[in-house]
Amino acid sequence: MIDKVVPDIAEALSDIHDGACVMIGGFGRAGQPVDLIDALIDLGPSELTIVNNNAGNGDVGLARLIGLGRVKKIICSFPRQSDSWHFDKKYRAGEIELEIVPQGNLAERIRAAGAGIGAFFTPTGVGTQIAEGKEHRVIDGKEYLLEYPIHADFALIQAFRGDRLGNLVYRRTARNFGPIMASAAATTIVQVDEVVEVGALDPETVVTPGLFVDRVVPVGYRPWLNAEGDFIGGVDVNGEPLAEKGADA
Amino acid sequence: MATRITRIELAKRVAADIPEGAYVNLGIGAPTLVADHMPEGRQIILHTENGMLGMGEAPAAGEVDPDLINAGKQPVTAQPGAAFFHHADSFGMMRGGHLDVCVLGAFEVSQHGDLANWSTGEPGAIPAIGGAMDLAIGAKDVYVMTDLLTKDGRSKLVAECAYPLTGARCVSRVYTDHAVFDVTPDGFAVVERFGDTTHAELEALTGLALIDATGAAA
Repeated sequence: MIDKVVPDIAEALSDIHDGACVMIGGFGRAGQPVDLIDALIDLGPSELTIVNNNAGNGDVGLARLIGLGRVKKIICSFPRQSDSWHFDKKYRAGEIELEIVPQGNLAERIRAAGAGIGAFFTPTGVGTQIAEGKEHRVIDGKEYLLEYPIHADFALIQAFRGDRLGNLVYRRTARNFGPIMASAAATTIVQVDEVVEVGALDPETVVTPGLFVDRVVPVGYRPWLNAEGDFIGGVDVNGEPLAEKGADA
Repeated sequence: MATRITRIELAKRVAADIPEGAYVNLGIGAPTLVADHMPEGRQIILHTENGMLGMGEAPAAGEVDPDLINAGKQPVTAQPGAAFFHHADSFGMMRGGHLDVCVLGAFEVSQHGDLANWSTGEPGAIPAIGGAMDLAIGAKDVYVMTDLLTKDGRSKLVAECAYPLTGARCVSRVYTDHAVFDVTPDGFAVVERFGDTTHAELEALTGLALIDATGAAA
């Protein structure tokens, strides 16, 4: 019987080794696999290459991983933010390598890896600094740059519900990088709010088929949902309870 | 001194040019005002590149859903008929020419339609591109909405961009607080002046030879 559910989060991540390339899903708080990142920090691998849209926010999750010196290189589109101080410090000290990629090229390079595409020509970035040193081609009168896929050893993503076959559905804009990262890594590890019975997910609405998924880790419903998985709110945009943050949302 | 219009008036002016039924991406900052000032009864569909069509306005404080945000990572709502999709599909909509209009901010726009809006090129600054380069080439029409002058009085319309480019020859029209400019093969053409602003004043402010197209149908 196929059963990709791994209840123990440390066990699910136990083969992530020093020097691994790890994709981490999420755009802002939405879709960030916070439980998996915390477990990765506890596990301790270092010299990691991380692929994420950003370079961490505040003192938690990816920012903490960077602050602890576990990340050798980051591939991302938008590292500099008002609360990216851990990355900023490491970057200014020359202690982290940065490969900056326009967001759409980042997404397409990840998608290409999962789809078996050797490289692709894109118009994004033509005539800019990021075009320097890249192969150009004019196709039907329009100029393009050659971009290569990004493969990873592991992908850590968040989905809403999954089954033991690894089929996944997401929640709203938290889908973001999940489906493409799931396809681009040798081993894909997913945290889901709830594991449901096989057959409970409508095949018409499955977003990531189980073929792309290796391990499913149930972590419980996110704080702004009730025990049935329905939206109840009461949090700010970072998922913090409103009482603590006041009108900041 | 040439007359200027307010940012709200400018947002209304941009909104007036967006046709019924258009699929539109509004960049972070002033362009987001355009959605709030659409003419009565006109329906447009807003795209946010993190993965939604049919983006609605901000929710009430108790109704914020961290899983429902825009590209500026602010909480939003989903309108009836909204759709969610992953990042590669979302940027494919832009790159593939499926969006009708993008409205972006700018540090500089050159007379060739080059756009600089992602970096001032300061030494030691940490680069951050995000979706800027994709947005610059990501619609049939790329509009820029900006003040004509920087805070220290320099023209944002220039002969050649000094800042690092976001996209080359990508801007079709520039809406400023003084006038509306089309990018043409012969340089900037003034299609509408606001208030008592004169053509000569615009040329003085920008330091550019401008085409007067205010007589033509805009």
